[in-house]
Amino acid sequence: MNKTPRMKMREQDVEVRNRNFLEVALGYSYEEAIEEAKRCIDCKNPRCVMACPVRVKIPEFIKYLLEGALETAFETIYEDNILPSICGRVCPQESQCEGACILGIKQEAVNIGALERFVGDYGMEHNLADQTEVKNNGTKVAVVGSGPAGLANAASLRKKGYDVTIFEALHDFGGVLKYGIPDFRLPKDIVAHEIDNLKTMGVTFVKNAVIGKSLTIEQLMKEEGYKAVFIGSGAGLPSSLGVPGENLNGVYYANEFLTRVNLMKSRAIPTSKTPIKLGNNIAVVGGGNVAMDAARTAKRLGAENVFILYRRGREGLPARLDEIHHAEAEGIDMRLLTNPVEIIGENHIVKQVRCEKMKLGEPDSSGRRRPLGTGEFVTYDIDNIIISIGQKPNPIIKDNTANLDTQPWGGIITDEFHMTSIPGVFAGGDVVTGAATVILAMGTGKDAAHHMDEYLQNLH
Amino acid sequence: MYKIVEKKTLNKEIDLMRIEAPLVARNAQPGHFVILRVEAEGERIPLTIAGIEGNLVDIIYQKLGYSTKLLGEKEAGDTVEDFVGPLGKAAHIRDSKHVVGVAGGVGAAPLLPQLKAYKEAGARVDLIIGARSESFLILLDEFKAICDEVIITTDDGSAGLKGLVTDALKHHLEDNAGIEHVIAIGPVIMMKYVTLMAKDYKKSIDVSLNPIMIDGTGMCGNCRVSIGGKTFFACIDGPDFDGSDVDFDELMQRQSYYKDEEHACYLRLKT
Ligand SMILES: Cc1cc2nc3c(=O)[nH]c(=O)nc-3n(C[C@H](O)[C@H](O)[C@H](O)COP(=O)(O)OP(=O)(O)OC[C@H]3O[C@@H](n4cnc5c(N)ncnc54)[C@H](O)[C@@H]3O)c2cc1C
Ligand SMILES: Cc1cc2nc3c(=O)[nH]c(=O)nc-3n(C[C@H](O)[C@H](O)[C@H](O)COP(=O)(O)OP(=O)(O)OC[C@H]3O[C@@H](n4cnc5c(N)ncnc54)[C@H](O)[C@@H]3O)c2cc1C
Ligand code: SF4
Ligand code: SF4
Ligand code: FES
Repeated sequence: MNKTPRMKMREQDVEVRNRNFLEVALGYSYEEAIEEAKRCIDCKNPRCVMACPVRVKIPEFIKYLLEGALETAFETIYEDNILPSICGRVCPQESQCEGACILGIKQEAVNIGALERFVGDYGMEHNLADQTEVKNNGTKVAVVGSGPAGLANAASLRKKGYDVTIFEALHDFGGVLKYGIPDFRLPKDIVAHEIDNLKTMGVTFVKNAVIGKSLTIEQLMKEEGYKAVFIGSGAGLPSSLGVPGENLNGVYYANEFLTRVNLMKSRAIPTSKTPIKLGNNIAVVGGGNVAMDAARTAKRLGAENVFILYRRGREGLPARLDEIHHAEAEGIDMRLLTNPVEIIGENHIVKQVRCEKMKLGEPDSSGRRRPLGTGEFVTYDIDNIIISIGQKPNPIIKDNTANLDTQPWGGIITDEFHMTSIPGVFAGGDVVTGAATVILAMGTGKDAAHHMDEYLQNLH
Repeated sequence: MYKIVEKKTLNKEIDLMRIEAPLVARNAQPGHFVILRVEAEGERIPLTIAGIEGNLVDIIYQKLGYSTKLLGEKEAGDTVEDFVGPLGKAAHIRDSKHVVGVAGGVGAAPLLPQLKAYKEAGARVDLIIGARSESFLILLDEFKAICDEVIITTDDGSAGLKGLVTDALKHHLEDNAGIEHVIAIGPVIMMKYVTLMAKDYKKSIDVSLNPIMIDGTGMCGNCRVSIGGKTFFACIDGPDFDGSDVDFDELMQRQSYYKDEEHACYLRLKT
């Protein structure tokens, strides 16, 4: 078996990147990509492929890469994944493709994410994505939301000839890719490029359209002539911690914090007009990607002490491994087994957070060991606290669409064809699964397109 | 881009604009609001929908800080970058036979469509409207056209009664035992005191809350307000709420968190 160690990706130096919003991971050079690609042993029954939610043909694209056939490598990925530059950067590879790679058993998995990113970026630089404008078949389809689920759905339906319009509530497109994930992980020109591709293919984009309010789903279908609708409205509503003091000044939900910085570009003041207010001692509650993004963003905005408060242990942190490593290297302090129980203020401004120290008990429903209180408390002085403990679908569509079946927590219920309780209305992505991943959202958007096509072909 | 079709100066601080926005106009009802960005890179600011005619949406705004002053520099024929709505829940029109609306400053704008709705539902509708002085009163003709009684108060006595809207409200409630319901829209401090008075007189009270907002779709959580110890998002659960359990003090504090930064933006406009 190949014993070459996994090729590390070059990164911006910690001291430099801590002060800018440029991408941290710099990507492979061609030579580095080839070296890493050589490590793949081209398994007969590739476990990596089975572990990728959209079944990217990994050994196949790696083989083309090794042959120098970059165009073919790109096309191979693109058949299953229209956003390789994005997924290569943000997929939780260690629990998907790379987590299953056979090399990982004895040594280190092939760096599939980095290779996918390399090929995706090559495709982007050379405009390889298939943008042929397919002849419009005259059947109108509406897509609600421009996150990865909506984009993938629109692309697939447009390729089949449908007249596709994406309706987006915000003034810019991309969903979480735009307002949530920061530039230092996912440069915004990549997202813009993908959206331009769809525009070239003939997808219509409408901003400032809140479906359920500006237009209801019923109006789209009965008055505007859309024959089918795909709802990809995501899980945007922040979950609350439910402790006293949560509404004090200086307490942010991660969504507000990241939206101010990313979508409203508050870090670019004075050109941007939306401010952000941040002190020096920042607590971030949560252990997922959102928490890591918030913490690292706070650091880059100049906060001196940024720490994570998380009620489970290190092995329970749901964030991507890379992001945990990057965050720690950047000086983010992980205060694990620590659960905030009260936010304390003075004159309505946050001053301290009181936490209970936790220990681990028996495994819970998520299979992770349940955190239990110890009765021991600790209090930290803080200027801001950023709550990043999860998101649920916002209720706008649910509240304004009669007969749309939803879960008690707000998720839209779909059948195995991704159709909701309303004929012709499909849904996918976070609004169905709850906050999940880019690749899962993209996958269901694409899969739903296939079933929407079948549904539309059977309409008389 | 959304076209400004008409602009009217209501007083030296407040303008009305008529903006072409079919997607906002189509489903708008009293109590709904829009969020607009005057130009790219601008702030998203919420403004109540003051009226609808066909594809045209009226907004009435007070030139308070950076974004509203910038909007005030636009003229008919110009455009604004973004204009999204109708957001929020439509006002809850109660089953009351006699209501009194209390308007403070630019709060008169969101109050007008609500009082119209009550009038159309057959209620007796009175108005108490307050401002610093006569030249700051707005929409008087529009209110007079629908209200059974209009009482004016000014801080300096230049029009109507000299004093606060709460003084006039007290008299009005004393004189009209049949009043069932009060609606107050204006500065938070005014809504707080009107609410206390309505509670004293055992009347139901609705208010319209205006916390700082960003997206207006329930995504950021910036607009949260405490009501009876529970947290609500004003942009999707409101902005109109039963006033009786609202934590007005918290709202005032939350509105002021960005005061210094807003001031900094405003200074930039002046230079
Ligand atoms: C900070 C952050 C970091 C993350 N990091 C990662 C990561 O590293 N890797 C990973 O795989 N995943 C990550 N995720 C999760 C991932 O981004 C989401 O799972 C994914 O974006 C979901 O896609 P979606 O298309 O379902 O929804 P979204 O991306 O949420 O897009 C939904 C869109 O619909 C719009 N919308 C909502 N309601 C309406 C309406 N009524 N009318 C019109 N439009 C509407 C919204 O404005 C939004 O633009 C992260 C999430 C966040 C918040
Ligand atoms: C649902 C809703 C409906 C509204 N309807 C109207 C309306 O119809 N007409 C109108 O003139 N205004 C309305 N407002 C208030 C309006 O949004 C603010 O005045 C505006 O955002 C100020 O922006 P600015 O940049 O001009 O001023 P800034 O520089 O941001 O602020 C100037 C001053 O206004 C205060 N302020 C900031 N935001 C608010 C706010 N949300 N409410 C009250 N004071 C604030 C600041 O503390 C500061 O003292 C509404 C607000 C909400 C939430
Ligand atoms: S899409 Fe994600 S999981 Fe699939 S191969 Fe690419 S990086 Fe791995
Ligand atoms: S499991 Fe690993 S070694 Fe095997 S094909 Fe996949 S990437 Fe290559
Ligand atoms: S304004 Fe963002 S949640 Fe209400």
